[in-house]
Amino acid sequence: MKTTKTAIASALAFGGTALLATAALAAGADMGGAQKQATNWHAIVMFVIFVGATLGITYWAAKRTKTAADFYAAGGGITGFQNGLAIAGDYMSAASFLGISALVYGSGYDGLIFSVGWLVGWPIILFLIAERLRNLGKYTFADVCGYRLSRTPIRTFAATGSLIVVIFYLIGQMVGAGQLIKLLFGMDYIYAVMIVGALMMVYVTFGGMVATTWVQIIKACLLLGGATFIAFGVMANFGFSFEAMFVKAIEVHPKKVAIMAPGALVTNPVDAISLGMALMFGTAGLPHILMRFFTVPDAREARKSVFYATGFIGYFYILTFIIGFGAITMVATNPEYLTKGLGSLDLKGGNNMAAVWLAHAIGGNLFLGFISAVAFATILAVVSGLTLAGASAISHDLYASVIMHGQATEGKEVTVSKIASIGLGIVAVLLGLIFEKQNVAFIVALTFSVAASANFPVLVLSMFWGGLTTRGAVLGGIIGLLMSVIMVVLSKAVWVQSFGFKEALFPFAYPALFSVPAAFFFSWLFSIMDNSPQAQAERAAYEAQSIRSETGLGAEGAASH
Amino acid sequence: MSSHNAPSAANLASAEHIRNNPKFKELVAKRNAFAWTLSAIMLIIYFGFILIIAFNKAWLGSLLSAAGVTTIGFPIGVGVILSAIALTGVYVYRANGEFDEMNRQIIEESR
Repeated sequence: MKTTKTAIASALAFGGTALLATAALAAGADMGGAQKQATNWHAIVMFVIFVGATLGITYWAAKRTKTAADFYAAGGGITGFQNGLAIAGDYMSAASFLGISALVYGSGYDGLIFSVGWLVGWPIILFLIAERLRNLGKYTFADVCGYRLSRTPIRTFAATGSLIVVIFYLIGQMVGAGQLIKLLFGMDYIYAVMIVGALMMVYVTFGGMVATTWVQIIKACLLLGGATFIAFGVMANFGFSFEAMFVKAIEVHPKKVAIMAPGALVTNPVDAISLGMALMFGTAGLPHILMRFFTVPDAREARKSVFYATGFIGYFYILTFIIGFGAITMVATNPEYLTKGLGSLDLKGGNNMAAVWLAHAIGGNLFLGFISAVAFATILAVVSGLTLAGASAISHDLYASVIMHGQATEGKEVTVSKIASIGLGIVAVLLGLIFEKQNVAFIVALTFSVAASANFPVLVLSMFWGGLTTRGAVLGGIIGLLMSVIMVVLSKAVWVQSFGFKEALFPFAYPALFSVPAAFFFSWLFSIMDNSPQAQAERAAYEAQSIRSETGLGAEGAASH
Repeated sequence: MSSHNAPSAANLASAEHIRNNPKFKELVAKRNAFAWTLSAIMLIIYFGFILIIAFNKAWLGSLLSAAGVTTIGFPIGVGVILSAIALTGVYVYRANGEFDEMNRQIIEESR
């Protein structure tokens, strides 16, 4: 079962959060890390074109970025459709493209289980969060939590939760980017990480949310277009018959008919449900995703953006699934791509190359170069969104609200945000270098668990429960945060694999099943126990909040005449 | 920045009006009921899928038709993805139509 386990580890690492390194390390035996490939000129030329275009957009965006609203929220002028594409571009990472198709390539059906998990958080975001978030907030989700709660503690907590999620997500992305670029472009890891860091700093610092949005939109179009082309090529090869493709895949794959049913991915119901909760609620607690809802003019467009985003992301996951099966039938049948010859699945450069080699099998060197460039562009779009979210937590929540007590000028706040973007860029590059050879498998569990256990409960309660007080929110949120971090540290991924202890103190891989309810419970408990005058004022303020939250009356940038 | 949490006098007057408008209570009740119902459907579909995988893998591996190789698991898995897209579509259709119209009337009447 080792191969299944490693494939699972890599998919975990991949889906949504780029952790190519993890996959490389996890699949160590047959991959030997991401091997540096020969310099890929097609890919480099196409990537240079992409970078040139995005820098042009950044220049254009910089001229239009004058106010804080422009910088944080693109002036609220993005349409629902554009935002849907940008959300998809923010969320679909290079890793979910390469990682999920590699998981399908290695284990068949199990890859589909992952795709589903990464998608189902979106309807929940729409039904419960999107429109209220848009109506109550301005630039960050902390605006919503802090709407009627005490500014200093709640903003400090929300910014901490955001920064933890952003920084860990960035580590995964940077390490993944370095490994991927080494693999695809034949470039040294250190230069790859520095190029990614430098470009994201330029996009965010000069172009703010306008540039970030358009980088994400272009990337989403390229990725969806490229994946559609590959999937179309596969289906054309089988006369557009899934049955014919499955027959061939079963014939080729060493696991034979087992690829047609769930395998070893879900064996323990507790882990299955806990992972499901982390994915579902964690998605709804990611600060860079939540921030995107402030770029549209009103709740109506916010709802539309989720519908389009869910459609694009769902479509993309169905494509990755076809791509995985396509790779079994068209890549694993060609010794040119295999290290151990026909009959095995081991690919040159590692199994995460499944989609890339399939692109080659379908469209030759030119298309291989195109897909490599798309993968690089994808990483840039994701890290830019993360950097902007982290910089906003520092400037809008910590600097303007906590340190300056809401007295900072807009210009000063934007300047702080730009400095913070550069700081985060430098930190991301350094962390990328430090973690190059580390096993970072735990980071996905950590990122999504923290988002689900700290950010999500406080956000949901602040919108739906009038009884929530500052004390309840902060204590409940901190308990969720600490539980999720401590349980991940005590789990096998860190306690055994990183620290080298014999047995894990926390028997499950994901803490969400325990930490999410705990955060809700303690937020409730400390709120009802809180009878301070401040708490009473906070409860009384809920009615006014709910009128704005439900109707959009007085919402930032809303068209109220 | 400080204007953020301090609604204008006009907004306060409107808010007072909205609070007393029965249509507002109706909108909130209807939209919340709809949103929580759809959320529950999504949770049941997704966790139902996960629980089938955890407890009855063999069933997902049974064949769609005796002549083919495609298993029941495929339409079900893809079905979960499509259901997520469909549910968001249903919500946006009703929220941007019926509910937004109610909302517009409520705000109109509060002036």
